[in-house]
Amino acid sequence: MLIKLTGGKVYDPANGVDGEVRDIFIENGRIVSPEPNAKVDQEYALHGRVIMAGGIDPHSHIGGGKMNIARMMLPEDHLGHEVARTELTRAGAGHAVPSTMLTGYRYAEMGYTAAFEPAMLPVNARQTHMEMADTSIIDKGAFAMLGSDDFFLRQLAGKADFSAIKDYIAWTMHATQAIAVKVVNPGGISAFKFNQRKLDLDEKHVYYGVTPRDIILTLARGLNELGVVHPLHVHGCNLGVPGGYETTLDTIKGSEGLPIHLTHIQFHSYGTEGDLKFSSAAAPIAEAINQHKNVSCDVGQVMFGQTCTASGDSMRQFVTSRSADPKKWVVMDIECDAGCGVVPFKYRDKSFVNALQWAIGLELFLLVNDPWRLFLTTDHPNGGPFTWYPHLIRLLMDKNFRQDMMQKINPDALKYSTLASLDREYTLYEIAIMTRAGPAKSLGLVDRGHLGVGAWADITVYDDNPDREAMFSTPELLFKNGELIVRNGKIIKVVNGGTHVARPNYDPGIERSLKRYFEDYHTVRMENFRLTDDEIIDGGRGSLIIQPTRARAA
Amino acid sequence: MNSQKSSNGANHFENVACPFCGLHCDDLEIGPSGDGLKVLKNGCAKAVAGFERPLVEPNPQVDGKDVSLDEAIATAARLIKESRLPIFGGLGTDIDGVRSVIALAEKGGGIVDHALSDGSYRNYRVMQSSGWVTTTLTEARNRADLFIIAGCDVQKMHPRFFERIVCNEASMFSDTPPKRTVVFIGEGLDHSALKGQERIGEVITLPVKAERIGEVLDTMRALNKGATIPGNDIGGLPRAAVDDLLARCKAASYGVIVWAPSSLGFPSADLTVQAVNEFVKEINLTSRFAGLSLGGSEGSTSAGAVCTWQSGFPLRVSYTSGKPDYDVERYSLNRLLFAKEGDLLLWLASFSPDLTPPDTDIPMILLGTPSIKPARTPKVYIPVGTPGVDHTGVLMRVDSAVSLPLRKLRQSKLPSAASVLEKIEAAL
Repeated sequence: MLIKLTGGKVYDPANGVDGEVRDIFIENGRIVSPEPNAKVDQEYALHGRVIMAGGIDPHSHIGGGKMNIARMMLPEDHLGHEVARTELTRAGAGHAVPSTMLTGYRYAEMGYTAAFEPAMLPVNARQTHMEMADTSIIDKGAFAMLGSDDFFLRQLAGKADFSAIKDYIAWTMHATQAIAVKVVNPGGISAFKFNQRKLDLDEKHVYYGVTPRDIILTLARGLNELGVVHPLHVHGCNLGVPGGYETTLDTIKGSEGLPIHLTHIQFHSYGTEGDLKFSSAAAPIAEAINQHKNVSCDVGQVMFGQTCTASGDSMRQFVTSRSADPKKWVVMDIECDAGCGVVPFKYRDKSFVNALQWAIGLELFLLVNDPWRLFLTTDHPNGGPFTWYPHLIRLLMDKNFRQDMMQKINPDALKYSTLASLDREYTLYEIAIMTRAGPAKSLGLVDRGHLGVGAWADITVYDDNPDREAMFSTPELLFKNGELIVRNGKIIKVVNGGTHVARPNYDPGIERSLKRYFEDYHTVRMENFRLTDDEIIDGGRGSLIIQPTRARAA
Repeated sequence: MNSQKSSNGANHFENVACPFCGLHCDDLEIGPSGDGLKVLKNGCAKAVAGFERPLVEPNPQVDGKDVSLDEAIATAARLIKESRLPIFGGLGTDIDGVRSVIALAEKGGGIVDHALSDGSYRNYRVMQSSGWVTTTLTEARNRADLFIIAGCDVQKMHPRFFERIVCNEASMFSDTPPKRTVVFIGEGLDHSALKGQERIGEVITLPVKAERIGEVLDTMRALNKGATIPGNDIGGLPRAAVDDLLARCKAASYGVIVWAPSSLGFPSADLTVQAVNEFVKEINLTSRFAGLSLGGSEGSTSAGAVCTWQSGFPLRVSYTSGKPDYDVERYSLNRLLFAKEGDLLLWLASFSPDLTPPDTDIPMILLGTPSIKPARTPKVYIPVGTPGVDHTGVLMRVDSAVSLPLRKLRQSKLPSAASVLEKIEAAL
C-alpha cells in the first residue's frame, strides 16, 4: 500500500531539509520514492503541518530494577493517575514513574517512537528487557552499566591485556542485549561498598587502586576500538555536588580526544559562589563542550513538581536521601556488579537551589552551540517526567514565555546564573536535531531519525501552532514503521516495538575465564546470565534490531 | 530459553535453575530416571521433592467430571463473565503467568493478589513508608563479614542458603577471606549447617521471641544515636548482649542482617521489619551494612514485580472499574474471602501442591499442579505444568536483582498457566 503525506513542511536535519514543503511517500513501512505515476492508495493532506521523524529519547529510565522499586515505593505517584483499559489499550497508572504500557502510550501520544534505558545493570538485564517488552508501541534499547563491576575492575587493576578488556565489554553487550555502554560514578558504586564516600576523578579506589579517570579512558577507548557507534555514556563523578563542575571540566579536558557522551550534564555544572555556596557554572561547561568536538551531552533538565530520582549511583543517592520528599528511599548494593538508589524528590520553583538547577539546565541548552551534540532530556524521571518535554521545548523556542516563567521562580537564583541575559530561541530545525536526528546519529540507528528515502517511516505530524507546548503535546498523526498509531494525540492502533542492539566482535575465548569466574564467585551461572535472542523475540512480543558497528581495531 | 543443550546425553541438563524456593539456585544437574527426573547434583530437599515429583497428566474437570481442555476453558470464561467480583488469587506462577493473569483480571474486572502477600506486605509497607538499604546474594556471599539472622529459620526455608552464601570458601576480595561471625536472633533457629565450616568463626545465639526482635533493633538504633537506655532487659536479652551486638555491627566492614517477612507471623510485624531497616539505614552513616530479605517462594517475588510494572502497584489491585484501584487492606485476598466479598475465585498454583486454595464456599476455577488437593471440588479444574520442569519461563529471585531462565526438562502435555489464561481471556 502506497501512502502519501502531501504538502507538509518537512524538518529533516539529517538530510539538510529545513521546513521545505515536500511530499513523503510510505510503502511497506519505509519511506520510498515511487514512480511518478504510481497509484497512491491513501493520501493525507498536510498543508501547513510540520513533519518530523518520530522523536527519539536517548536517555530515559523506563525499565529495570530501580524503576520498579520507584513504582512500588510510590503508590502516591499513581493515585489520581490511573488509566482504564480500553478495547485497544491496557490499564496502568503513574505520573513520574508510570507503569510500562502507559509509558509507551505516553511517548507515542507525544510523537516519540523510541526511548533508551540508560542504566541497565548487567545482572538485571533480563528484568530490564522484560519491562521494556511490556512498554507498548515504541522501540527500545538499553545501555549496559560497566565500571563498578568486579570483573572489569580486577582486569584494570591486574593490568589485563587490553584486547581481553575489549572482549569483556563486547561480551557484556551481547550477553545483556545492549546497544551501548554507560559508566556511572566510575568505580564509585563499588567504592561505596568499601565505605568510601566520594571518589574524585584522580582518587584511587581503596581496593582496586584504580581511578575514575582510568576507568573512563579504558572504557571510552575500548568502545571506540570495538567500533561501537555510541560513545561511552558517562555519568561522571560528583553528581549534584556544588563545585562538581571542576570535575566535569577535568573529565572533558582529560578525554584525550576520545568520543564521550556526558549525560545529564546539568547535574554536573554546579559552582560554589554566593552566600549559599551554590551557583551556576553552565557558562564554563558550555564553553568546554563547544571547544571539544569529541564530546556530546544531554541536559537532564529539572522541571518543577513531584518526581522520583532513580540512579545507579548508590554513593551519591545515599547522600541525596537526606532530601527525600516524601521521606522514604531505597539504596541497594547489587551482585558485586553495580548498585542503585531511588529517592523521591520535589523540585520547588521557590527554592533557591531547585530554581537555580532549572536555570542551569536552560543555560546549557542556550549556551551550547551545536544541537548535534546536545540532546533534549530531563533524565526521566530524575529531573522530571518525560511528559514535560513539550513545555521544555516551548521554554527553548519562546523567549517571552521563558521570561514569564523566570518571574515565577526564586528571584535570587537568577543572580547566580546568566539565564536572564540569554536571547537565543531554538528553531524547529534545531529542535528536530536535538530530539531526533542527533540522538539517532549518536546511537548509530540506521534508517531512523530521518525522513530520507529508505528510512523506516517513523513520522510525526504536528499542527504548526505558535504555542509550541500545545503543538508538541498533541501531534496530529504518528506513524510507526508506516502504520498510523496516533491521531490527534490519541492512540488508534497498538503495536509491539523492537529492541535496538549492537554487537561488536569479541573472542569467544573470554567465556572460558568468565565461566570459571561465575562459578567461583557468583550466584548465577554464566549460561543463565546471558540473554538469548529468543528471550527478546519472545514469540512475537518483541523483535531485535541489530545496528551495525564499525570494524574492530585490534 | 534452552540456552544450554543437554551435554551428557539426552535429557541430561546442567545449570538448571530451580523454581522451588526463592533463591532459585541455578547450578543444578538433572537427569532422567525411569519415567521421571532425578536431581544429580546440587539439589536440596525442596528441589528433589519438586523435580522428582512423578509426571501425571490428568484431564481437566468441570464439577469433578473429566472434560476437554476447551470445555474447561469455555466454562471458566463463562464463570468469569457472569461473576460480579472475581478474585484472581494464589498466583503461584512464573513471569508470563503473572502477565497473563493481570491481562485476564483487567478484562474480567477482578482483583489480583498472591497467596503469600500477607508476608510480602510486611516488606512492601516498609518500603512504602520509609525504605531501606539492601543487598543481594552475590554481594553478601563475597563481601559480608557479619551475618545477623533475625527471626527466620533460614535452613528450613532455603536449605542451601548457608552453603552458598555464608559458608562459601572462595571470595572475590581475598584468597584467604576472614572468618565470618553469624548471629542468630530468635528462638529455635537451626544453625547446624554452620558446624565445622572453614569460613565460620563465632556463632552467637541470642534467644529472643520473634515479636520482641523489633525492640532489640530499636534499642540498638537508639544506643547508636547516643541515647541512654535504662534497665537490663532488652527484648528478653541482657543489656550486655545488646551492647556487644551493636559494637560488632559498628566494627563490621560489611554487615548483613537477614529477615524473612513470612516468618514474622504476628500482628503489625511490618514494624519489626521497619525497626531492622531503620537500624541499617542509620548505621550506614558511618560504616557499611545492608539488609537481605528472604522468602519469595511460590513465585511471590515475580508476582509483586510484574503487577508493579504493569499496574503501578504491588498486588492488591482491583480492576472492577477498569482502572487499577489499589487498596492494601480492602483488596487483600484473605480479607476478601473472609468477608465473602468475591463471588468467584480463580486459584493459580503451579509449583508446590501445598499451595492449596483456601477452603471457601464460593465457586472456584483451579489452575493447579496435578497433585494439588483442594478441600472442595472446584467448579473448574485445569491441571497445569510447572515452570522450569514442564515448560520454560522466567522467575525473579528473592533479592529482586536477578531473574533466571527456567528450562523445560521433560515432555509433558500439561499446558502452561499463561497459555490457559490467555485462552480464557480470548474466550471472554
